[in-house]
Amino acid sequence: MMRKVLVFLALIGFAFALLPLAYRAGVADEPNALATAYLERAPAELATANVVTAIVVSYRGFDTLGEVAVLFAATAGVGALLTKKRLGSAGARAPRKEATEVLGTAARLLTSLLALFGVYIFTHGHLTPGGGFQGGVVIATAVLLNILARPQSHLAHGLMTAVESLSGAAYVALGLLGAFLAWGFLDPRALPLGELGKLVSAGAIPLIYSVVGLKVGAELSGILEALKGDRE
Amino acid sequence: MWTDVAIIIAGLVMLAAGIGAIVAKSLLVSIILAGGVSLVASLVFLLIGAPDVAMTEAAIGSGLTTVVFLYALARSKQADKEDSDESAEHPDAEKAGAP
Amino acid sequence: MNALEFLAGINPVAASGAALVLVGLWGVLARPNLFKIAIAFTVLETGVNLVILSVGYIRGRTAPILDAASDAATASARMTDPVPQALVLTAIVIGLAVTALMLSYALRLKAAGGGSSIEAYGEEKW
Repeated sequence: MMRKVLVFLALIGFAFALLPLAYRAGVADEPNALATAYLERAPAELATANVVTAIVVSYRGFDTLGEVAVLFAATAGVGALLTKKRLGSAGARAPRKEATEVLGTAARLLTSLLALFGVYIFTHGHLTPGGGFQGGVVIATAVLLNILARPQSHLAHGLMTAVESLSGAAYVALGLLGAFLAWGFLDPRALPLGELGKLVSAGAIPLIYSVVGLKVGAELSGILEALKGDRE
Repeated sequence: MWTDVAIIIAGLVMLAAGIGAIVAKSLLVSIILAGGVSLVASLVFLLIGAPDVAMTEAAIGSGLTTVVFLYALARSKQADKEDSDESAEHPDAEKAGAP
Repeated sequence: MNALEFLAGINPVAASGAALVLVGLWGVLARPNLFKIAIAFTVLETGVNLVILSVGYIRGRTAPILDAASDAATASARMTDPVPQALVLTAIVIGLAVTALMLSYALRLKAAGGGSSIEAYGEEKW
């Protein structure tokens, strides 16, 4: 009873804290000065059509580097927690049935298409909605389809770890390239900017976002693989 | 104005699905309803002009999160089953060992 | 104050987000099952993302992406605020990893013999 009252009071408190955001602040009519500056300068300075990508990769690129590091830490935590040794009976799985013919065939046909779509999404991150994170998720979906179709087989663990660490190193290397050849760490103007709206443009932004996409894809695949079980 | 009305309707749907996800007796129903909350949220993101976020939310929030939950639920159920198997086998083992 | 004025005063995105935050918080505080708590956390997280994005919501504006129909000079007069979008984009991806971590801990606690109800850990002190 006591706890219910406390929960109710906590909810009332939070409701009061959120009320000004929902009602009194209302909806803005104009973007603030910072947003206006980004909107006006991103296409001219970085030749990106997608301003969100310009902010994620370049203006706040250091943020994204930290975020990828957090993602790596969480994935490593999941992998370390869900080993057979640690989980005992919950970690070891009974031999499973093979997937149906339909799922197996679909996995064979769709894996390469899904992976290609993922690559398309992250290489066009500076032109259209999407980018490294969305493309990485699509690649993880391709891996998931394979896990579902062949539950017994193990993914090439070494390959995934290699992709993840190489793309992480490439991310930092591209950042350093910006520091040496342009104005600062993760400045995409280390490479020529090109023409707005072309696939090869916006300096290093497509490269950085591709590297992020590969890293996110490898990490999310690692989470799915760890949760599937059967891990030594 | 019509965007606002659509967002409010979507908000009510999300509220209903969210409450359903919390009160549902079955964890499976909860997981599916939580995925539904994310799916409607991605619609709201699209309505307010954030297609990047809408893509991410649709792929991660309602896709991969649901899969992750289902895998965890399956492993939890399996552990339950093996525990009950063990406790069922245990008396037999004692019986076999007694003579 | 008539109904229309009232409607114009609310930020519908923030209102839905705030409602989801409250629902998620209630689930986190009131449910005993560890998996249910993780589900409530995902609902809470969706709500927080909506609240953050509501700051950048401007009525009748398009996505902050240039295309053939818009030139760079008039872009800022037609587009919404891109900064909250960039923040929420990364928050969603982190959210999945954190949810997976939460679920792994729930599985570990269960495998350690504690069951999946948080009540079982009531007397654990540190």
